[in-house]
Amino acid sequence: MKTLFRSAMYTILGVLVMAFGSLVAPQDAGAWEPRKPVDFVIMAGKGGGADKMARLMQTIIEKHKLSTKPFIPINKPGGSGAESLIHLKNASGVNKDHTVMVTLNSFYTTPLRQPGLGVDISTFTPVGRMAEDTFLLWVHKDSGITNVDQFVKAAKAKGNNWIMAGTGKGQEDQLLTSFLNAAYGLNMKYVPFKGGGRVAKELAGKHADSTVNNPSEQLGFYQAGTTRPIAAFTPDRMELFPDAPTFQELGQKGIPVYFMQRSVVGAPGMSKGAQKYYQKVFSKVYKTSEWQDYMKKKSLRGAFLTGKKLKKYWAVEKDIHQKMLKDIGEI
Amino acid sequence: MEILSLLGNGFLVAFQPLNLALVILGCALGLFIGAMPGLGSVNGVAILLPMTFIVPPTGAIIFLAAIYYGAMYGGAISSIMLGIPGASTAVATTFDGRPLALQGLADRALITAAAASFIGGTISIVLFTGFAPPLAAVALAFGSAEEFALMILAFATFVGLGGDDIPKTLFSIFIGLVLSAVGLDIISGQPRLIFGDIPGFYHGINFLVLAIGIYGIGEILWTIESSGGDVNVSQATLTFRRLIEGFRGMKETIKGTLMGSFLGYFVGILPAAGATPGSLMAYGVAKTMSKDPDSFGKGNIEGVAAPEAANNAASTGSMLPMLTLGIPGSPTTAILLGGMVIWGLEPGPLLFVEHAEFVWGLIASLYIANLFSVLLNISFIPLFIWVLKLPFTILAPIIFILCVIGGYAPTQDLHDVWLMFIFGVVGYLMRKLDYPMAPAVLAIVLGPLAEPAMRQSLIISNGSPMIFFERPIAGSIMVVAIVLLLLPLFKVIKGALSKPASGSQA
Amino acid sequence: MRLAELVMAVVMAIFSVYLMWKSAELPIGWIPREGPGGGAWPFWLATGMLVCCIAIIVRWIRRTSPPSRSSEPYMDKTTIKLFVVGAGSLGVMIAAIHIIGVYFAVPLFLLFYMRYVGRHQWITTAALASATPIVSFLFFEIVLRITLPKGYSEPLFYPLYDFFF
Repeated sequence: MKTLFRSAMYTILGVLVMAFGSLVAPQDAGAWEPRKPVDFVIMAGKGGGADKMARLMQTIIEKHKLSTKPFIPINKPGGSGAESLIHLKNASGVNKDHTVMVTLNSFYTTPLRQPGLGVDISTFTPVGRMAEDTFLLWVHKDSGITNVDQFVKAAKAKGNNWIMAGTGKGQEDQLLTSFLNAAYGLNMKYVPFKGGGRVAKELAGKHADSTVNNPSEQLGFYQAGTTRPIAAFTPDRMELFPDAPTFQELGQKGIPVYFMQRSVVGAPGMSKGAQKYYQKVFSKVYKTSEWQDYMKKKSLRGAFLTGKKLKKYWAVEKDIHQKMLKDIGEI
Repeated sequence: MEILSLLGNGFLVAFQPLNLALVILGCALGLFIGAMPGLGSVNGVAILLPMTFIVPPTGAIIFLAAIYYGAMYGGAISSIMLGIPGASTAVATTFDGRPLALQGLADRALITAAAASFIGGTISIVLFTGFAPPLAAVALAFGSAEEFALMILAFATFVGLGGDDIPKTLFSIFIGLVLSAVGLDIISGQPRLIFGDIPGFYHGINFLVLAIGIYGIGEILWTIESSGGDVNVSQATLTFRRLIEGFRGMKETIKGTLMGSFLGYFVGILPAAGATPGSLMAYGVAKTMSKDPDSFGKGNIEGVAAPEAANNAASTGSMLPMLTLGIPGSPTTAILLGGMVIWGLEPGPLLFVEHAEFVWGLIASLYIANLFSVLLNISFIPLFIWVLKLPFTILAPIIFILCVIGGYAPTQDLHDVWLMFIFGVVGYLMRKLDYPMAPAVLAIVLGPLAEPAMRQSLIISNGSPMIFFERPIAGSIMVVAIVLLLLPLFKVIKGALSKPASGSQA
Repeated sequence: MRLAELVMAVVMAIFSVYLMWKSAELPIGWIPREGPGGGAWPFWLATGMLVCCIAIIVRWIRRTSPPSRSSEPYMDKTTIKLFVVGAGSLGVMIAAIHIIGVYFAVPLFLLFYMRYVGRHQWITTAALASATPIVSFLFFEIVLRITLPKGYSEPLFYPLYDFFF
């Protein structure tokens, strides 16, 4: 028995030595490549807009074999994304080069609202901005509202009983709601729900009076004629919704143009080689017909941004959000 | 008629050789994923996504349906054999499935679970085939007030579940509800109960962590103690005769199975609820309806049949809001929704019109997957029985390892594994003192659904609780719930009046 | 048993108070026109826990609950030994996962448990201890694409990744 055990130990040792040997052996002098499956963190929960996009990216990467190692998606939505920010911040050693994250605007708002996290987003590695999602103001078709004037009139009449459904507190939807309230002198009541799909359903089921959903969340109901967009938070009209004017067109200066970023960000301290690798992978994803189709169908916009340009974009957006959050008294 | 021809087309697609092979592969894979504690249909469906470009989309859908069904059947296996619910949908199955297995009746429980699942699945697919669009309207009518009322009803069907010690039962419910509040308060957007600022608490305490801890680790510690270390615990055998007897025995449970199927399906179609409250309520109702309610929890076969029928029916049901409203009722359907995006399909009321071949292909493959799952499941039962007969000193460490991996897999965070370990040890110590554990597990499942629904409703009503009674649907559910809640209280009072001396005997 | 009942109730009462204090970081009262604040749900339920604990203690004093009447020991010597070995080895394994990863902690745990507790033959033990990590690697990492923690043993897996992906 003892000899058997000993020989087993020797075999295990042998395997270990061989494995270490192949490690120390010189690698190809070529470009950096991931050595293990890539940790593909999603800063939002399952089923949301960010999650769907991340899984689409993963599928595209696998389909076109854009990476030698698989990207393994994992949702870390805890604390409005605080959990995933900490996860990236704490990535150490080889993980620094194998952790990337799909992010959205909570990338700015969460560190601002929770300064205790000690997260400085300017230290994160820019990989690529894949798109900017748009926002529209939606109402139920049975409300009979077709334009912003009617909306303002109806909302004023109902005062505080006008229900605006949105996702989360202190985030995009609430920012836009406060801008609408301020610009038109309204007093809408904001009710937070979990996830954009759920918000869309609340409107379709007439449990809410209006929402500020992304097109991808309302598209199903819009196509069925249940809900209707009455204005867009974009600089110009959207192809998909030609009847919805922009707030800029309506001359409403108090309401800013507002987008949701859909970006990929790497862990702080990622090596130059790894950074280049991921930038290449995601710029290829951006160019595939699948991604372009998706952008068109869901009315996404924005060019691919990376490197210094992306960092600058983040800096600008962060300042804008800081001001917005201050205005509504969230920080 | 039109429905039948559409369904016929769906079947033609599903019976192609490649697709049939995918069904069998999917069912088998799903069965094993589901049987693994911690892994459920979510993981099964997640691996499907990269598959979608290897095989054509129809093949992918069929594969998906097969995995989904396989995993739903598989969930019952770990509930019965190990006493660990693999997914929240299988919690109710452990209540009676585990005692049956300990009595050496694992084969009976497994056969009943398979047969009940099959009946539940079939009934729900037929309902799905016939009445999808009108039921979608019902789902849409459910707002937060209705949702909260439904959660109260789910609790109410369960009042009798705990032990005889009322303070300990209540304690168990309360601690489950408090633990369910850990993480983020979505109404105020503030993190809460982040103990010691540990980042792992930001994602809250997943139901699985508590369930695997208590039912996996706690249960094994318990068995180690009661068996003195190393005897074979389960004396299950399976012969052909016992198999036939098992099927014959289905007659006794048919009432519970049918009730579970319909109840499960209707609860399943409600957007937020999904299969978990469905199976829990089916268990509660089966107990209430039974002539012998006291035998529930001690190994009543109806306690296996009703929730198993209900959770299969509800999983089919929860596809309905996903397809027609684009709302995932469960994590599984959330991933499915992602898959539909990749296939370029827009969920919504128009899906049934514009992509009829997708919808009917899916429905047809559900029928087929259901049939194959039950066949595979029954043919694997001898294998499972064999596993149960392994010496406990082999089974115990393997179950421990499965618990550790199962606790890690959903969040990929070792923090959850530690929590699970703590719950297991503390749960074991408390169980020795007659603290009932099932109410805590139920509470942590229902808490995160109930609390936001209550607060959203109150915000909408300007803080007036009357919203739960004024709305017709919410109001009627609420009244039923309150009657159910008061029923045992009434019994207690009546009991106390009839023999006033019982309390002071000690 | 009687002592254990009291200790558990007191410990849980202290835990309830801690939960109440922790919940009170967010508003626990009724916000006009909005309903309960963010901390109200856990706070009041934790209060409920505390009330239950007090009820359990009262019942302990009056000896009305079965464990408070029982004179059996909470855990006898054999039970304590089994518990310490079972829970202890599991805890050690989880700690070891942080350092040497699942694929080394698991076989060591199996080796210990089957050999020391179960007294199985070396051949069964060795077979299971080597088969389990291999099967789990193939099932979880390759089929399901779930990466399990590997601690410092991670570099050893690079050749395997290169082979499979």
